[in-house]
Amino acid sequence: METINYQNFRIDAENICVDYNGKVALYDANLKLKPGQICGLVGMNGAGKTTFFNALTGFVNISKGKIRINGESVRTAQKDQTIAYVPQNEGIDSQFPISVWDVVMMGRYGSMNIFRCPRESDVQAVKDAIDRVDLTDHLSSPIGNLSGGQRKRTFLARAIAQRASILLLDEPFSGVDIRTEKLISELFIQFKNEGKTILLSTHDMIHVREFCDLVLLINKTVVAYGETSEVFTPENITTTFGGISPDFLFGPES
Amino acid sequence: MELCSFLTLDSFITDPLTHDFMRKALLMSSLVAAVCGFLSSFLTLKGWALMGDAVSHSVMPGVVVAYALGLPFSLGAFIFGVGSVALIGFIKQKSRVKEDTVIGLVFTGFFALGIVLVSKIKSNIDLHSILFGSPLGISLSDVKQTIFISLLVVILLSIFRKDLMLYCFDPRHAKTVGINVFFLHYLLLTCLSLAAVVGLQSVGIILVVAMLITPGATAYLLTDKFDNMTVISVLSAIISSLIGIYVSFWFDLETGGSIVLAQTFIFLFAFLFAPRYGIFKLKKLFAGYK
Repeated sequence: METINYQNFRIDAENICVDYNGKVALYDANLKLKPGQICGLVGMNGAGKTTFFNALTGFVNISKGKIRINGESVRTAQKDQTIAYVPQNEGIDSQFPISVWDVVMMGRYGSMNIFRCPRESDVQAVKDAIDRVDLTDHLSSPIGNLSGGQRKRTFLARAIAQRASILLLDEPFSGVDIRTEKLISELFIQFKNEGKTILLSTHDMIHVREFCDLVLLINKTVVAYGETSEVFTPENITTTFGGISPDFLFGPES
Repeated sequence: MELCSFLTLDSFITDPLTHDFMRKALLMSSLVAAVCGFLSSFLTLKGWALMGDAVSHSVMPGVVVAYALGLPFSLGAFIFGVGSVALIGFIKQKSRVKEDTVIGLVFTGFFALGIVLVSKIKSNIDLHSILFGSPLGISLSDVKQTIFISLLVVILLSIFRKDLMLYCFDPRHAKTVGINVFFLHYLLLTCLSLAAVVGLQSVGIILVVAMLITPGATAYLLTDKFDNMTVISVLSAIISSLIGIYVSFWFDLETGGSIVLAQTFIFLFAFLFAPRYGIFKLKKLFAGYK
């Protein structure tokens, strides 16, 4: 009965707690996401958004609770290339001597042999992924020469090349140009139709209303979780942001 | 007589080669430079310059103890090199002291322990050669050990080159796709300890960190491709070693210092004249906007 229940969820996080050397970053957090769902992760800086991502990718160990990815452990999900992580632009060294092609190829490393020799299928996957984010003209550009939007698309291509069924995106819309923003929103619709599950953190409330079926409001723990139309209310947002009213945060229109 | 002999470039280069110790020094130093240069690309990109300094100083007591017990000095160096990093991590985690402070106090502690041990343990350890290197006086057993360690490090770095590059660039992605980040972290540390051991024969413990960061920094200014960076780093390290040894031979200078100084000059040259990232190029870049 339990296992059947798990199978319905791509991501099933139950009461997870994370601490960094005794400092609690996240406690009793729950999240259940099905294939084809897009969920927004909203919270203040330091509310545990990145920690939540880190727990799902296995980059930090949870001290309590349970995470099931497709009904399996996080370790299995890593081995199966189930989860792709698209970092914030600030989270990567843009001066690293590496080309667009090499970054996207890193999406294939997990399914290659120990020497990471690309096979024909890997090369094709990388080509397709770069094509989908419209960077074919910049194949061999060092990432240091790209704009913020192009760099963001490079890491999206890496996630596409990885062929993951779950995408975790940290601030996908911050610091990108209009063209990239449009391309990312088109990709989201395609991903949704392909049955991928997307969890994205964002500061922009308009994006939440536009793309997200579900929203997870957190402040060290879950403040509210559910359908965007029901949960994304001024009251909940105010609670999430420590009593500051949404009018002040996003202007009177929202 | 000396003045006359290097009037021609030919004899400047060939005369020293008639000495057995010079041929050995040139070969071994080139090998050591190549190993350290290779590793240097990873360390500069990972931002481990301070870590390199810490590990290279911390191997000191290990080398002394190993000599005293008749064990291979690489073993002692390895234990203390990795041990120092573990200790740094432990103290950082368990106290509120900042990381650079912890690194500084741990490696100086180890280094001091090494110096005290040398003075206490009566043996044929030459403190001067450990501190400042002695590429001209390298023994046959040292030669064998150096070749073995160098090959080991080069093979390890070659096999895991792409994984290590990913680890330096984006460890979170590495973890997400199931690559063993813990293993890569300690692999890089192991290579660092081993390279420090072979490097200290060339330039000594105090300057070995230069072998581990300067070639990589030079290469970083000259290219935007990781593979090219590795090649440039290795070449600049080898060339510096050759220049340093020749110069020290003809002008009777400290060999280790000469090698490192040659590396520094190559770096300065790149800093000034690098086609893309040199400061003269950057000045030109903005000249057009005036």
